[in-house]
Amino acid sequence: MSGNHRSILIKGGRVVDPASGVDGLFDLLLKEGKVAELRPSGKTASSGKEYEILSAEGHVVVPGLVDIHVHFREPGFEYRETIATGVRSAVAGGVTSVCCMPNTNPVNDTASVTRFILAQSRREGLAHVYPIGAITKGSQGEEITEMGELKEAGCVAVSDDGRPVMQAGIMRRALEYARAFHLPVIDHCEDLTLTDDGVMHEGRVSTELGLKGIPSASEEVMVARDVALAEATGGRIHIAHVSTAGAVRVIREAKARGVAVTAETCPHYFLLTHEAVRGYNTNAKMNPPLREEADVLAVREGLRDGTIDAIATDHAPHHPDEKLREFDAAPFGIVGLETLLPLSLRLVEEGVLTLPEMVARLTHLPARVMGIPRGTLAPGAPADVTVFDPKATWRVDAGTFLSKGRNTPFQGWELKGRVVRTIVEGKVVL
Amino acid sequence: MKLKRKDLLEMRSLDREEIHLFLDTAESFKEVLTREIKKVPTLRGKTVVNLFYEPSTRTRTSFELAGKRLSADVIHIATQASSVVKGETLLDTARNLEAMGADMIVLRHPAPGAPHLLARTLRSSVINAGDGAHEHPTQGLLDLFTIRERLGRIEGVKAAIVGDILHSRVARSAIAGLTKMGAKVRVSGPPTLLPLEASTLGVQVCPTMEEAVRGVDVIMMLRLQLERQGRGFIPSLREYARFWGLTEGRLRLAKEGVLIMHPGPINRGVEIAPEVADGPYAVILDQVTNGIAVRMAVLYLLSGEGGSSGLEEAA
Repeated sequence: MSGNHRSILIKGGRVVDPASGVDGLFDLLLKEGKVAELRPSGKTASSGKEYEILSAEGHVVVPGLVDIHVHFREPGFEYRETIATGVRSAVAGGVTSVCCMPNTNPVNDTASVTRFILAQSRREGLAHVYPIGAITKGSQGEEITEMGELKEAGCVAVSDDGRPVMQAGIMRRALEYARAFHLPVIDHCEDLTLTDDGVMHEGRVSTELGLKGIPSASEEVMVARDVALAEATGGRIHIAHVSTAGAVRVIREAKARGVAVTAETCPHYFLLTHEAVRGYNTNAKMNPPLREEADVLAVREGLRDGTIDAIATDHAPHHPDEKLREFDAAPFGIVGLETLLPLSLRLVEEGVLTLPEMVARLTHLPARVMGIPRGTLAPGAPADVTVFDPKATWRVDAGTFLSKGRNTPFQGWELKGRVVRTIVEGKVVL
Repeated sequence: MKLKRKDLLEMRSLDREEIHLFLDTAESFKEVLTREIKKVPTLRGKTVVNLFYEPSTRTRTSFELAGKRLSADVIHIATQASSVVKGETLLDTARNLEAMGADMIVLRHPAPGAPHLLARTLRSSVINAGDGAHEHPTQGLLDLFTIRERLGRIEGVKAAIVGDILHSRVARSAIAGLTKMGAKVRVSGPPTLLPLEASTLGVQVCPTMEEAVRGVDVIMMLRLQLERQGRGFIPSLREYARFWGLTEGRLRLAKEGVLIMHPGPINRGVEIAPEVADGPYAVILDQVTNGIAVRMAVLYLLSGEGGSSGLEEAA
């Protein structure tokens, strides 16, 4: 981050920091890129040369959001997104830390690619970028990567996201080996033999539309496999983008038994069903696919009871021309950074989570999954702060996104809650 | 009555009145096909482009003849010999055809929803001539036409559709059309070839073929794509024929005078025994003949030529 650290006083907002159990009206003082002090509101002089004052009255002040699952496409697919556009999109959505998946070209399977990603993100000086290295070389599913060097270079986890490790034997070795470097292994749980070129959830809607289905079992058998392997090896497994009731059930049961498993889901899995695909809407095509009402309810319950630790976006930008194709030919994936917060607020509005519970799932819980020292406003923590207006309503217009991607199924939705300030290590970036 | 739509994409979204309109119009065009000069000037000056991304004999010829009988200029593009092999996208190809003045594009494509993509983007009318496993609405209409012609009604008719429902656009269109017009539909086939929650399509799923065909007025056999065996859906053609093939024995379970339908091309000895395919109950070739009249009606009604169908002038 740049050295331009003026002190900032964020005044009069409702500060919610679940990691330190704070929820109330406080003034937050940021100094030298760190959180300096939290004072009950009104006890601070409203003028002073030593700091800039940002009024947050009527607003909510939370730790900068941590999104542990994004695709920034660089190196290799810069026409879809670059690290520069990705981090701009992140801070526009109040996200100050991201973990980027390794399915670039080349794949982030060696330290030099990791260093390149970090160098690119430092040039921008916006959101913090934490690279995720590959589990296997080239994400080919055959040989495990040099995880020690990846970790040294800055990777916080390993994953072959988008290309599941099909061989259980390889996954077992990966979970064992990653233990030496305290790296969580993130799995995109999908049995490719069950998916078999499917393009949407297998069920009533796929039957009607004649599209090839991806059964829920495709996800669930792999979650069950991974849990068994984590239990057998003592390795740490993180289940990416949980989308089915069965997956939630398996994870819940494993957690109860004390298996080192964590999980994330995404806003589309708790807000949309396969019905969104009707009309062959390629912006509702992602992997795992949108499931059924019962799955949505189970994912919500999983978030509520803590089975699912984190909300992530799986931000996956594509070029508009790639989505303007036959449904079968369009790529999987949607963008999510700029809608993450207001979509998550729906869970609060609908009584699934309290506001602090929601904030926890967007900040310190995902940070803890990845071992990132962020996601809290405790004194001494990095001054990553997001301020949002919980009452502001706005209409999603993908044309205004700072991401290069326009591929959102939420186009035209009226959302409540808008990010008004994003601060990264004491620097106001939005 | 005029049709209030630009495109024909699927049976599922047609209402009963529209289906009646297509069938009634097809009936008057069928008369044209019995004349010595089988041609009317209805679509003179209009251009119909057949854009086919899959091989087809029947549907292609049927659309081509239908267009020609209506005096339209008909062009056929088989994508194996076009710039598609150079990597042009479907949308770009279609936009170019529209720029050259195509009034109607008849699309056959392996991807479900491909015609919807064109319909949303183009001003030209788009006719779905089969999109993957989704629908084949002109086949659905000609099936309804044939049943109505032979039985005098569709309402209350009992029909059994047997075979590979999962991959069949013919089945989806037939089911949508039949159920909408008040017929009762049963389906049967190997469970590996039945879609999940098939009953949500409004059909009764029967565990055995015998149960499906007992007492029905219509049996519609689906073509078994022979490569399904290699992909693990069925163990062998022999076993398939034994349990889901239409034999004379199973035929006797149906109502006297049952109509045997098949969209073609048939696999003799697999889904249908040769003596049944060539027997007195088969209306398979009537379906083919009716296909031209139905497609004439579709081209005419979608052309928006609400005025003359040209029938009187030529008479």
